[in-house]
Amino acid sequence: MTLDAASWDALTLSLWVSVWATVLAVPLALWIAWLLARRDFWGKSALNALVHLPLVLPPVVTGYLLLLSFGRTGPIGRLLEQTFGLVLSFRWTGAVLAALVMGFPLMVRAMRLAIEAVDPRLEDAAATLGAPRWAVFARVTLPLIAPGVLAGAVMGFAKAMGEFGATITFVANIPGQTQTLPSAIYTFLQIPGGEAQAIALVLWACVVALGAVVMSEWLARRVARRIAGS
Amino acid sequence: MTLSVHLRHRHGDFTLDVAFDSGPGITALFGRSGAGKTSVINAVSGLLHPDEGRVAVDGDTLLDTARGIDLPPHRRRLGYVFQDARLFPHLDVARNLDFGARYAPPGAKGPARGDVIDLLGLSGLMARAPATLSGGEKQRVAIGRALLSRPAMLLMDEPLASLDAPRKQDILPYLERLRDGPLGLPILYVSHALDEVARLADHLVVIQEGRMRMQGLLYDVLSDPAAVPLLGVREAGAVIAATVVAHADDGLSTLSISAGHLELPGVQAAPGTRLRLRILAQDVILSRDRPAGLSSRNILPVAIAAIHSGDGPGAAIALRAGSDRLLARVTSRAVTDLGLRVGMECFAIFKATTVAPGSIGR
Repeated sequence: MTLDAASWDALTLSLWVSVWATVLAVPLALWIAWLLARRDFWGKSALNALVHLPLVLPPVVTGYLLLLSFGRTGPIGRLLEQTFGLVLSFRWTGAVLAALVMGFPLMVRAMRLAIEAVDPRLEDAAATLGAPRWAVFARVTLPLIAPGVLAGAVMGFAKAMGEFGATITFVANIPGQTQTLPSAIYTFLQIPGGEAQAIALVLWACVVALGAVVMSEWLARRVARRIAGS
Repeated sequence: MTLSVHLRHRHGDFTLDVAFDSGPGITALFGRSGAGKTSVINAVSGLLHPDEGRVAVDGDTLLDTARGIDLPPHRRRLGYVFQDARLFPHLDVARNLDFGARYAPPGAKGPARGDVIDLLGLSGLMARAPATLSGGEKQRVAIGRALLSRPAMLLMDEPLASLDAPRKQDILPYLERLRDGPLGLPILYVSHALDEVARLADHLVVIQEGRMRMQGLLYDVLSDPAAVPLLGVREAGAVIAATVVAHADDGLSTLSISAGHLELPGVQAAPGTRLRLRILAQDVILSRDRPAGLSSRNILPVAIAAIHSGDGPGAAIALRAGSDRLLARVTSRAVTDLGLRVGMECFAIFKATTVAPGSIGR
């Protein structure tokens, strides 16, 4: 179970990248999920398709598209570097973007289902009591969908921890910089005598995944109890 | 307080075309299921956007499609009590009430939290979750929550329809207190139950298949023989004002009305209390001469004000009884045989037991 320095770096980087990807993705996913569940607008099916694209495309294709658009010579990548000095390709920040994009459809799906399960008549009732739209969302919708948001966040986190194809295509596999846990396992399997470290990392990956599931179950039960009011 | 509603809306094959103006107190919107009552109240609240229309409360325009005005529900200041209560399931009763109070406009007049809790008998429920409340309790909390939002008017959509009869009788006194209390809050009350309407309303608007068919003061509409087919021949009946005089040991109470005295059972109110009695048209018997040797003890001298013959075998007859009006439903044959005509004086008879406690209101 002991990890060498490179494996340890890969594990902590993966956790760091996954936490960032989850934290950044949740508000955006919530907004998109709300738009898809509650609003009618022109281009809604196009938005829905776009959100789901990473789920159906081969991850390597998604990674390559990210490289084309967010790479240093890509249109968005150049703009980000010029205005914010932010470089994504071949950096850990790019690994965050790749993990975020790949986990995004899973988050949106879970949150959209949760929002659609909330009776819109409760939101109407809140509005007639004088609550502006943001307050209706914050005080009625959000507490009621909290378990779904949590489930979406955990799925996004798990996807980020395991993301391989898009990450390795977009930010490569640089030890200590962009070598995430799956990339490290892949690397160890390529070198003779690397199996021991690969297995150690696999066990750690299981621990993290199980921990995330157990924690989310516990949080979901607490939220459900609060909603039931018992 | 004035409420002015003019609406036109198409939804599939259904066309809503309703216009009415009403004053203070409770305005009842009466009609069968599917008549369009809920569409009207939703358009007033801002939850439905009609094709064309104008809604104004006390001169404040909430909706005017011609001028492009359509205030969102949260800016209309109308407390809406839904048929299904719609309490927030993640908040206990106290927090549901707080939700109403939180967005009350600062400085708006309205009852204090403690007064609302007393009025609706909520003090024992504060820590309970909505899921653990009975239907009647939920509805009382919903009314309290709406009151605490300090609305300019209350909207109530069949607030009693989901309750069984005893629960209804529990809630009605609260609604009467709301109407008569110091709040004097105007209420738009949607119902398909004529007994509720007769007990509560000051003003009545009758809707049928999306169209406004009659409107006016409750006493006027309910005593209008032309309203009988609209309200249903078995349900039609006038409402008269009465004052409790005394209760006897045998359970009968004496009430004074403008045309004399009535003896009724099941009157709970103290002497001196003013009540309204709903007397169904089908329970009233007419006699040209004062009957003798009759078991019925309620015999009133009346004058025939109007005779309205319908398509069927029945006729609705409007009667003047003192300053009150009664409605009687008899067969057209009886009208012919007795030679009944407008202006004729005769006697109206009804059994004490036909005035059910549910037909007696404040």
